[in-house]
Amino acid sequence: MPLGSSFRLHVARRAVVKVNFLSRLISRGSGTVIGGRIGLALAPQLLAYLARERDVILVSGTNGKTTTSAMIAAGWGGAVATNDTGSNMPAGLVAALAANKSSSAVLEVDESWLAQVSKSTSAGVITLLNLSRDQLDRANEVRQIAEKWRVLLASANETEVVANANDPLVVYAAELATNVAWCDVPTPWTTDAVSCPHCTQSLHFTDDSWWCDCGFAKPTTAVTVLRDGLVVRGTRLELDLKLPGEFNRANAAMALTALSLVNADLTGALTRINALASVAGRFSLRRWRGHRVRLLLAKNPAGFAAMLSTLERDDSNVWVAINARVADGHDPSWLYDVPFELLMGHRVFCFGERRLDLATRLDYANVDYVVVSDESLIPVSPDPISLLANYTAFQEWRERSSVC
Amino acid sequence: MLKIGLIYPELLGTYGDGGNALVLAERARRRHISAEIISVGIDDDVPDASIYLLGGGEDGPQRLGAELLRRSSFSSRVRDGSYVLAVCAGLQILGASFAVAGNDEFEGLDLVDVVTRRGATRAIGDLVVRVNERVLVGFENHGGVTTLGVGVQPLGTVERGRGNDGTLDGYRTSTVWASYAHGPVLAMNPWFADTVLEGVLGHELAPLASEADRLYEERRALLVR
Ligand SMILES: [Zn+2]
Repeated sequence: MPLGSSFRLHVARRAVVKVNFLSRLISRGSGTVIGGRIGLALAPQLLAYLARERDVILVSGTNGKTTTSAMIAAGWGGAVATNDTGSNMPAGLVAALAANKSSSAVLEVDESWLAQVSKSTSAGVITLLNLSRDQLDRANEVRQIAEKWRVLLASANETEVVANANDPLVVYAAELATNVAWCDVPTPWTTDAVSCPHCTQSLHFTDDSWWCDCGFAKPTTAVTVLRDGLVVRGTRLELDLKLPGEFNRANAAMALTALSLVNADLTGALTRINALASVAGRFSLRRWRGHRVRLLLAKNPAGFAAMLSTLERDDSNVWVAINARVADGHDPSWLYDVPFELLMGHRVFCFGERRLDLATRLDYANVDYVVVSDESLIPVSPDPISLLANYTAFQEWRERSSVC
Repeated sequence: MLKIGLIYPELLGTYGDGGNALVLAERARRRHISAEIISVGIDDDVPDASIYLLGGGEDGPQRLGAELLRRSSFSSRVRDGSYVLAVCAGLQILGASFAVAGNDEFEGLDLVDVVTRRGATRAIGDLVVRVNERVLVGFENHGGVTTLGVGVQPLGTVERGRGNDGTLDGYRTSTVWASYAHGPVLAMNPWFADTVLEGVLGHELAPLASEADRLYEERRALLVR
């Protein structure tokens, strides 16, 4: 980009900050997206301008973007520019960079925007977590995204790629890249990659490997291995996360791998990542009408499967909230891809605009459920309740509850 | 014993289509009819079944699914009297040809005289179909326009959404139900699930109350003017 028109860019940058400030002032949401949109309209190269001379790490994938980005930001230490509100398209990225001048930036990026953002920001590191179905009525066909990534990474010679070796679609996307740090981390959800992206034959899976008869297979040169313990570039790191679940251990392993590529101090990073207790409200304990509620975000089948696996057997009551607005995808048919049968033995309270879709799913799974119509009648439990919610339902619950 | 053959869920299960098998099995079991779901993987032979379910899939998986089915005993088993519920990509596969990336006339199984071409736009949204005196509610997400051959009966007429072509949805033969209402269409329409069950079992069934009744009424009230 010719930086000749820097005065215009400077004006645009000021505009982003100012609009965000005004927007917050008149309390129209968090304001970040509105400000970013106006900034982009003023100067299309604003993202490139704001990202110049910074170390930029991008994080993309279907699940874990926000958590992994938060881990990288925390692990890096000091001031790090990051879009921690979850606005992960260019407008949100511009807003995040305009608000923070730090020389380090970690940005979570919507899967379909990755190529454009990677070029604009000249990102040094791209972290690819996983690919599975999400909101199919908006961005359909996960394979098309894998194909787009593949084209991008085949020519991104200057970029270091951190990629999940256990997700065949991610491997397909990254295998032509010059510099790949493969991460051998647990990835239970591979239902969307059973047929080979190269030749469409069926892939074979064992506990710790996968391959196709055509030769496409799990990379054998992993830099990072997470099994009983975590090893990054030959160094054993003691993961002891406050955040729950195997999937968060995998996110942490990939965050530490990305940090190793920007020469961060891994020992300090590990301590700070271990101490993270909540990310953008996720996993946080909230209070609502005398209940203590742990908010868990799950947006798609893979995310739900991961969250369900963190529930304790003795959480007798579980709350689930489902909406189907634009940001959630209008079609809740994915509820039938979620293994709700795992909730057998629990009683599920159904919330959200699509609670009858959820209740019907639970009915057919023979899981005990209650459709909540009068919220004042819900029994108060002495222990915290886990609440699994999809995107807009999660936002609603954050707003209606308060810090515990 | 009701045997439900769920065909290639890894390929043709994009929209929660396995839900249709679950609903059929549960609605049979709750009437004390034993039912078994046989999940047919892409390396498996197609086994004997009372009814096969074909779901939705992306271009590549749809092509692979059609090729695998062509090499299998599926067509002869259907000709011998097994029933089929086919939605979305499944609806297209049973026809003479359909469009996938790079080939606008990919050969189908030719079990039903229908042809699917690429539409100018993708149809994504709620789908409402009048089927005789009943209303079927669902969701569609596909790029096809399907034309029925002479004498092929549609499943019903479109009241909202596109279905085959904006006017008709799906098709109905003596052993096949097909619709563009994808995924758990049987979960959302308990009457349709029972219509299919009664067809396969060959006798009428007593009414069965379930949570799905409330869901169906809610969706119908919202979508039907
Ligand atoms: Zn292959």
